[in-house]
Amino acid sequence: MNGAVKVVSALAAALGLGFLAWILFVVLRHGAAALNWTFLTSLPSPPGGSGGGLGNAILGTAIITVLACALGVPVGLLAGVYLAEYGRGTRFATVVRFLANVMMGIPSIIIGLFVYAILVLPTGHFSGWAGGVALALLVLPVVARTTEDMLALVPNALRESALALGSPHWRATLQILFRASRAGLLTGVLLAVARVSGETAPLLFTALNSPYWPRSLSGPTANLTVTIFNYAMSPYPAWQQAAWGASFIITIGVLALTVVSRALARERK
Amino acid sequence: MTSTPPPDVAPPRLTVPEPTAGVQGPPATAAQTKISVRGLSFYYGEQQALFDNSLDVPAGSVTAIIGPSGCGKSTHIRVYNRIFELYRDQRASGEVWLDGENVLAPGVDVIELRRRVGMIFQKPTPFPLTVYENLAYGLRLHYRVKGSELDDRIEQALRAAALWDEVKDKLHRSGSALSGGQQQRLCIARAIAVEPEVLLMDEPTSAIDPVATSRIEELVVQLKATYTIVIVTHNMQQAARLSDFTGFFYQGRIIEFGTTTELFTNPKQKQTEDYITGRFG
Repeated sequence: MNGAVKVVSALAAALGLGFLAWILFVVLRHGAAALNWTFLTSLPSPPGGSGGGLGNAILGTAIITVLACALGVPVGLLAGVYLAEYGRGTRFATVVRFLANVMMGIPSIIIGLFVYAILVLPTGHFSGWAGGVALALLVLPVVARTTEDMLALVPNALRESALALGSPHWRATLQILFRASRAGLLTGVLLAVARVSGETAPLLFTALNSPYWPRSLSGPTANLTVTIFNYAMSPYPAWQQAAWGASFIITIGVLALTVVSRALARERK
Repeated sequence: MTSTPPPDVAPPRLTVPEPTAGVQGPPATAAQTKISVRGLSFYYGEQQALFDNSLDVPAGSVTAIIGPSGCGKSTHIRVYNRIFELYRDQRASGEVWLDGENVLAPGVDVIELRRRVGMIFQKPTPFPLTVYENLAYGLRLHYRVKGSELDDRIEQALRAAALWDEVKDKLHRSGSALSGGQQQRLCIARAIAVEPEVLLMDEPTSAIDPVATSRIEELVVQLKATYTIVIVTHNMQQAARLSDFTGFFYQGRIIEFGTTTELFTNPKQKQTEDYITGRFG
């Protein structure tokens, strides 16, 4: 019996891993074929044309992701500090923690619709800002909860000894506790970035997409994921090829972020 | 026949003990008292852990607090610097007078209180910083010092904690790379760098090997010339070796407090005698 369970569970593990390998293989094979210098640096070709690239979408995704981090990471860190340091045991913290957990589970398309309703409709146009805000809302709860968990792992003895020295709590948190948990905090941020950089649904309603270089975040802004969505379904072989290329770039980017964050997490131990 | 007092003379008034001193001012005690605890009770949530503790800690001496596990020794000294306030469900009532100021009164500057009353914990807790920065952290909190003055004060504190010779070449290495005993002396150096008046030590050698323990004990004896030391220990030999005064705690109450010699050679309470002779605890 034990042998049977062992074999079946090993097969299940192999199946999961097999699909991952298959996805990576297909994306990398098709994507690599699309990659060249022009692809990385120029504007897309017109429909039906050949050549061209996704330089604008690569830049746009980078900008929107940086914006999302600039908005979401500081608020998330502070919220996590509140949950772990100041609000421990309070009803307010319990409510906030619960809401953060719920927020992590909300489908990202709902976040996209929400930002559409509060930013896109009132201003009357899609914008990179709206895209950044939508992704920031996805980053926020992840960073808040990881920050709380990482600070909770710091032994109370360390917290007490900083306070017993006459340190204000905020200073002990920033200078001692953050340092003690820095690898974990950075891992949390990187994983949040990895997660949102592949999001499409929240951007469909907010940043939309654009065939031009991102000059201002006040208008529709090019990005890789919506480009994949549009191009993969288009009838033009050159665009389909470009969608593979974009998938390749995102996959490699997320893979790299995950590997770096795992390495950091290991270093912590 | 003895003469009966005339009936019109009023009977002598009973001497009523002062109600808990302090509402008007600190209790009148000997000039050398550093800390006076009066009517201290402590609660973990609903659970009462200390019952009406009162004692006087003489200045410039080592006072040991002994008693079986869970009797409230640590809880008691954690009130002196109000470190218990980190936890929302913990509450103290009563008074702890430090040089005539009730540290439990509202409006006390807790930061300054903790500068004056340092604390050493059971396990060494070096900050995740270099040896140098471990000491600089506390100094920068309380003093505007930098450059060579900061260097000097760090050296002084490390010398005072008998650690300088061992770390002078690794000041800029991580504090957690030191041995357990060195880490604990680093914590002592860190505490005395900010020039406290009182050092609270909560079982400072219980996580450290015997050789390192004896070094820390020597250090405690040296430090008492400068600081008033209160040390919690479950080790009766340590209390007997190090301290001038000893308090025996049992189930949150102070059963007996006196000079260490008196308490260990001639205990007044049966429970104290049973404990120090090893009959329980």
